[in-house]
Amino acid sequence: MHPAFSVIFFTTASGAGYGLLFLLCLLGAAGRFPSDPWFGVIAFGLAFGLVSAGLLSSTFHLGHPERAWRAFTQWRSSWLSREGIAAIVTYVPTGVFAAAAILLGRTEGIFAAVAIVGALSCAVTVYCTAKIYASLRAIPRWTSAWVVPGYLLLGLATGALLLTFLTHVFGAAQRSIDSLTFAAFAAAALVKTSYWRSMLATSGESTAASATGLGRPGLVRLLDAPHTESNYLLQEMGYRVARRHADRLRIIAGLLLFAVPLASTLGTTILGPGTTAVFVAGISVLSASIGVLIERWLFFAEARHTVTLYYGENTA
Amino acid sequence: MTSLPPRIPDRQLGLVIDLDICVGCHACAVNCKEWNSGGHSAPLTDRDPYGADPTGVWFNRIHSFEVDAQEEGKRGRTVHFPKSCLHCADAPCVTVCPTGASYKREEDGIVLVNADWCIGCKLCSWACPYGAREFDTDDGVMKKCTLCVDKIYNENLPPESRVPACVATCPVGARHFGDLGDPDSGVSKLVAARGGYDLMPEQRCRPTNKYLPPRRREDKDLRDDSGTTARLTPAAENIDGVFLRWVDRLLSR
Repeated sequence: MHPAFSVIFFTTASGAGYGLLFLLCLLGAAGRFPSDPWFGVIAFGLAFGLVSAGLLSSTFHLGHPERAWRAFTQWRSSWLSREGIAAIVTYVPTGVFAAAAILLGRTEGIFAAVAIVGALSCAVTVYCTAKIYASLRAIPRWTSAWVVPGYLLLGLATGALLLTFLTHVFGAAQRSIDSLTFAAFAAAALVKTSYWRSMLATSGESTAASATGLGRPGLVRLLDAPHTESNYLLQEMGYRVARRHADRLRIIAGLLLFAVPLASTLGTTILGPGTTAVFVAGISVLSASIGVLIERWLFFAEARHTVTLYYGENTA
Repeated sequence: MTSLPPRIPDRQLGLVIDLDICVGCHACAVNCKEWNSGGHSAPLTDRDPYGADPTGVWFNRIHSFEVDAQEEGKRGRTVHFPKSCLHCADAPCVTVCPTGASYKREEDGIVLVNADWCIGCKLCSWACPYGAREFDTDDGVMKKCTLCVDKIYNENLPPESRVPACVATCPVGARHFGDLGDPDSGVSKLVAARGGYDLMPEQRCRPTNKYLPPRRREDKDLRDDSGTTARLTPAAENIDGVFLRWVDRLLSR
């Protein structure tokens, strides 16, 4: 699949944004929200900024962005529509909680309940995003059971890393946040490596033989393509990345997205708060940001579509 | 709207494509482009049509496949394979649509796009395993085979012309149009008689269009007495003499 930057940026930025928002809400509900109002302003600002920039970016690849409101109508059948609705709905409880935490300095009672609703709606939104991809049978690699947990855990982990960084910057570090970030990255690394392993080992049920119905697998080959030049199908669905390049990128993604944050959060947990911890967490945020973009690029670039069976591939 | 009709429509208009007699002339694709450039989904935009890298929207594409013989000693064959939207009963392109622009008609099962509602998110083209949908970058909307909905019901045309453009133009009669929901229709009988099949049934889209397999040919057995298949001897591998070697060098330049 063609790795469009707008969709890569959307899924990674909004994933991290919702992860951060989710944790800020839980922190509030648990009564451990840092009292410094500037922490609230910056943390919620960053979370809403990432989410909103991601959502805006996702409309850039539309042919008719001005009709985007129509996407809120088909929630009965479409995961994309459900995601759109969930994304808008999430602004309400998280917005109310953010205002209460920043302006009133209150996170208890009714606001704790609002925070829990907000946290849940963040999780639902990322779940819907993942289901858009996981429900496409025509792209066998995305039907893997690891796709949905991968999106949820990477959103949580990248959001948690941002929270770790911010709490260290504001001198409000909590050992539990650092440990949670470590656990989230460990779980995400496990899920993602499982996805990579299962994805590379399997191909879909469909073959050039079943696509044409002309014989047993192995006997059917494309002789002449329908057209000499490229077309929409090949540009959008026929993207191929060389296995050698993909393997290298996978190693780089593994280092930047998993190894560095795991080491850094372990370091900050042991070091405790201080300037060094801020610096280490900052480097880690930078590293994970690049790493998650590479991971998401690979998610699209390595996905194969069954339409390629009509263009010379034997499996998808 | 993008939910599928609650039950399979009684009428299921579609195509039956005979792979035994298709000659791969691309006339169906050309006439499809011609009709639809002025029809329901017009225009079918071409980009850089006379330049170095032309692309454009087509609803019908003809692939040619080479199929090896199933048994030793038999000939393989070339099969020309026209492909357009299959107007599936369980069309995933319809259910993924977030706007209601993509829909399946209850009255005849035709899958269409409402170009006034389409936001151009392209998700339907990702959901279709067959590659039936093509995005028009100029219009910013998705386009697809309409089964010539603007032709088959057009009362300004003589009744014999009320068939899809691809069917009307096929010079060898390899394309048939009719109601596949009616077991007594001509196309349904043809499917039953010739063993018409679905493409990629494992994708569970339940396509309406059917393909008729190439007929079995009575090939002469190509094996000799020792049981090996006779093949032509490659001319280049045993070149004797100065003259032939010189010719070979000349031709290999």
